[in-house]
Amino acid sequence: MIEFSAVTFAYPGQPPLFQDFNWRVGAGEAWAVIGPSGCGKSTLLYLIAGLRQPTAGRILVDGWPVPRPRASTGLVLQDYGLLPWATVWENVALVMRLGRFYRRKQTPAGQPRPYPRPDLTPAQVEHWLTRLGIADQKDKYPGQISGGQRQRTAIARSLLQQPNLLLMDEPFSSLDALTREDLQRLTLELRQETGVTTVIVTHNIEEAVYLGQRILVLGRAPNRTAHIIENPHAGAADFRGRTDYLAKCSELRAALAEK
Amino acid sequence: MRRRELLFASLILLLAWQLLAMLLRIEVLPAPLAVARVLVREVPRGLGRHFLISGWRVIASITIATLLAVPAGLVLGQSRRFNRLFAPIIYILYPIPKIVFLPIILLFLGIGDTSKIFIIFLILFFPILVVVRDQAAGLRPELIYSVRSLGAGRRALFRFVYLPATVPAALTALRVSIGTAIAVLFFAESFATTSGLGYYIIVESWGRLAYPEMYAGVLAMSALGLLLYFAADRLERRLAPWMFTRDASG
Repeated sequence: MIEFSAVTFAYPGQPPLFQDFNWRVGAGEAWAVIGPSGCGKSTLLYLIAGLRQPTAGRILVDGWPVPRPRASTGLVLQDYGLLPWATVWENVALVMRLGRFYRRKQTPAGQPRPYPRPDLTPAQVEHWLTRLGIADQKDKYPGQISGGQRQRTAIARSLLQQPNLLLMDEPFSSLDALTREDLQRLTLELRQETGVTTVIVTHNIEEAVYLGQRILVLGRAPNRTAHIIENPHAGAADFRGRTDYLAKCSELRAALAEK
Repeated sequence: MRRRELLFASLILLLAWQLLAMLLRIEVLPAPLAVARVLVREVPRGLGRHFLISGWRVIASITIATLLAVPAGLVLGQSRRFNRLFAPIIYILYPIPKIVFLPIILLFLGIGDTSKIFIIFLILFFPILVVVRDQAAGLRPELIYSVRSLGAGRRALFRFVYLPATVPAALTALRVSIGTAIAVLFFAESFATTSGLGYYIIVESWGRLAYPEMYAGVLAMSALGLLLYFAADRLERRLAPWMFTRDASG
């Protein structure tokens, strides 16, 4: 699904965050990316999303380079991703409107369409609002609902475009503990329902172990090799209470300390 | 503001006027009722026409200013390079009192509608431009990233992000500048012209010592300002309803 080949990336005038970096994500996998602040973990997501281009090397998503964002990659950010002037319904339906906006736009033959599908319907919008439990909030503006409900809205919007890849950048870090665990559970369920490949960036060890079946540990820049911790038991709803969960947390903590 | 409150406030103001007129009992301050009678009589005899002419001048200026300032502000707000180029020019031009250019504008554009529309346009253009530019430039990058990640290109970003983000701010700038626009119109119409409310008030009434007519003209000009202010206010609520909802989460 994602392939980094000898990727180097640096912001202008700054030392590189990634150097000759190789990394592969298979279809349907559940990844967590963890590392200290400034290690480039958000940048990694922006590179996959097509919002940034590598300085050198090649990134393929679904077999294609990403010179611009594609609608079949969903992106959920920590905050401020919703249009403040649109209601919950309108925010989710934006995907449908974008699909219609671009319905006549041609794409070069053989290349994947970067735009959302033009045939999304209001019924599908309703479906995802209901699935995410925010149907009764649909006429409210983002400023009127809680942080958890805002993230549910953002997730509903990402899933409406039927993505095969879902990127989340610290999606739950500004939420209180209970809401966070609630949404983490929901993320697991949604992944099982849709089979979408997920990459979740987090700075939280417990979150990485709970959500990531494979965990990419980033260290101080530049990152040259992908340090991966396998965590095959993640995804079980009761994982958080088990001893192997705690053992994995300590393993990850040790790995981060080494970096 | 509720309609009842506005009505009540108007009544209080009229009452104060009436009391003052009764206390002073001088020719230069006629009572509201007398002025109302003159107003009704004068509307078909020229005041109505002057009102329409003044209204047309302001509305034409507002339209032109909005149509030019909003796109210009959007472009400057989106492009750092353009903004770097133009920011110093705008910085110098913005605070200059445009009214002092009136004699020059009269020389170039004559005493007809064009000069009046142009001076008001000049006054409205800069605040709208600056507000739209800053609003567009101040959009959070996260928001732009999110919408781009949904597949939106440049055109869709304009349509679904930049436009709805800036139009309400432009309306606010407009609402705030309407008072100045009307004041300038009054000044520009009070000489070197033969039509408009300013002309009616200064030349036709004040100049002839026709005080009730003068007051009728002042009322008409106030009404013009109020009407435009209300219109901008209504439009703002229509186009930006989220700005008037209570923030629940803080």
